[in-house]
Amino acid sequence: MVTIRLDALGVSLGRRQVVRDVSAMLEPGKLIGIIGPNGAGKSSLLRAMLGLVPASAGAVLVDGAPVAGMVRAAVARKIAYLPQGQTLHWPLSVERLTALGRLPHLAPMSSLSPTDLAAIDRALERADVTDLRDRIATNLSGGERARALLARALAVDAPALVVDEPLASLDPGHQIDVMALLRREADAGALVIAVLHDLTMAARYCDRLLLLDGGRLVADGPPMAVLTAERLHLVYGIHALIDAAAAAPMVVPLDRSAAGAWA
Amino acid sequence: MTSLLAPSRRRPVLILYLLLLLVFAAATSMLLGAVSIAPARALSVLTGHGDRIASAILLDLRLPRTIIGLAVGAMLGLAGAALQGYLRNPLAEPSVLGASNAAALGAVSAIYFGLAELHPLLLPLMAIATGLLSLILLFALAGRSESPLTLILAGVAVATLAGAGISLALNLSPNPFAAMEIMTWLLGSIENRSFHHVWIAVPCIAIGILLLLADGHALDALTLGEDGARALGVDLRVTRLRLLLGVAIGVGGAVAVSGAIGFVGLIVPHIVRPLTDRAPSSILLPSALAGASLLTLADIGVRLIPATNELKLGVMTAFLGVPVFLVHLMRERRIW
Repeated sequence: MVTIRLDALGVSLGRRQVVRDVSAMLEPGKLIGIIGPNGAGKSSLLRAMLGLVPASAGAVLVDGAPVAGMVRAAVARKIAYLPQGQTLHWPLSVERLTALGRLPHLAPMSSLSPTDLAAIDRALERADVTDLRDRIATNLSGGERARALLARALAVDAPALVVDEPLASLDPGHQIDVMALLRREADAGALVIAVLHDLTMAARYCDRLLLLDGGRLVADGPPMAVLTAERLHLVYGIHALIDAAAAAPMVVPLDRSAAGAWA
Repeated sequence: MTSLLAPSRRRPVLILYLLLLLVFAAATSMLLGAVSIAPARALSVLTGHGDRIASAILLDLRLPRTIIGLAVGAMLGLAGAALQGYLRNPLAEPSVLGASNAAALGAVSAIYFGLAELHPLLLPLMAIATGLLSLILLFALAGRSESPLTLILAGVAVATLAGAGISLALNLSPNPFAAMEIMTWLLGSIENRSFHHVWIAVPCIAIGILLLLADGHALDALTLGEDGARALGVDLRVTRLRLLLGVAIGVGGAVAVSGAIGFVGLIVPHIVRPLTDRAPSSILLPSALAGASLLTLADIGVRLIPATNELKLGVMTAFLGVPVFLVHLMRERRIW
């Protein structure tokens, strides 16, 4: 169980302030989606949560302790992170890739213990890549690769999982697989935070959405309360078909709304 | 250093084979040369009953040469493996990056401006300092770039500059044999080495090897990029510092006695990698063992090829290394 608190968080990259004054309490057992247009500061917000970029204002508190003062390995054991567009620099097997997730738990120069091996097997199973374990990860198809990378993040066995655009370049079937996987992790008690672009997927699977625009948190709440026609117009500059009544909610972008177009 | 998983079950077997190869190379290096000595005669020297000529050849000439060959080869192979892992670039190695030439420049300056006579430690220290300086310069120029080309170009610049510096230092020196000495320092040689050289090189190399072997986990984590590694708990500043010091101290010490032997650090990890699970940590120790064997075998080749002057060791390793280098440069856009 881990709780992440954002306290009036600001992040600057160079001179540009990309996240301003974001406050939120992120609690375990929830799947929390972070949405917003390109350049809204979503990825920077995630990186600040992990202490990968310093906060220029405010603070990130992990279980009450400021992340800036924590030892890197301690953060790594609490929050697993899957960056956007993860590249693999060496052609490792899926199993060897997944084993990287155990690094935060290993003492220097030591090798994997039976506990680590069990955690790797579990992670492979949770991400449904057990049958791919001996395949080379760089040769996998997009859908297989996404799951293999998730297996690596799951192998950390951290109480929080932070994923940046896990659905990018996946077909609808694999998108559903990945969202279902994140949902299962949240239901099992983890705090799962995902940056998403597909609003329907966000509405359908998340417990709560944070909508960012220009680095500011403009809405925070249950998906259908956040995804209103007016907000989509103001933030994304789109008209969308919103069907909240159906058992499975739908948000389908239709076209640019006049005021938002190229404004 | 750490064997991790099922695919590396064959790892102990690999290490065993590499150790056997190493023993074979070392034994051959002791027995072969201008005068070949039969194993029985060599054995009697080792047990203390040998004749004086055999004992002089074996203990005063071939033993230090063999020790230096093994140590320098291990260091270069390991440094190549560690740099490739850290920079996530299969073309990285101390001589391609200019670190070997820079260290040679330090050693040359120490010898030819008389500093080495002031204190015996000044020679390796100068080699280490200039090697470190070149690596810092290189990392500042190109270390963060994901493109292999930037790094290689920066390395070429550093290597060329250091090579010109060596020529200049020797031209300015009062030594009349400057031209031949330039060759020795730029191409590398372990001809006529004594135990005096062993005591310079081996402690530096031992420190370098220990520093680099300790980095295995961090290098593995870097497979996921810098953010990925930091999110796995790696403190990259510590990793970078350990790597810079390990390469500079180890390669500096090696170059101080052997000159800049090229391409060993490049070829060896490429030969070893397909035999492992390809994780950066898995190739560290095998690269050290294979590097020791390769350099020793190359040195035997240098001794056996008939020539009026002994060939330079760097010529031999360049003939082996340049084709490997070119093939990889051309395939760089593809992930093998």
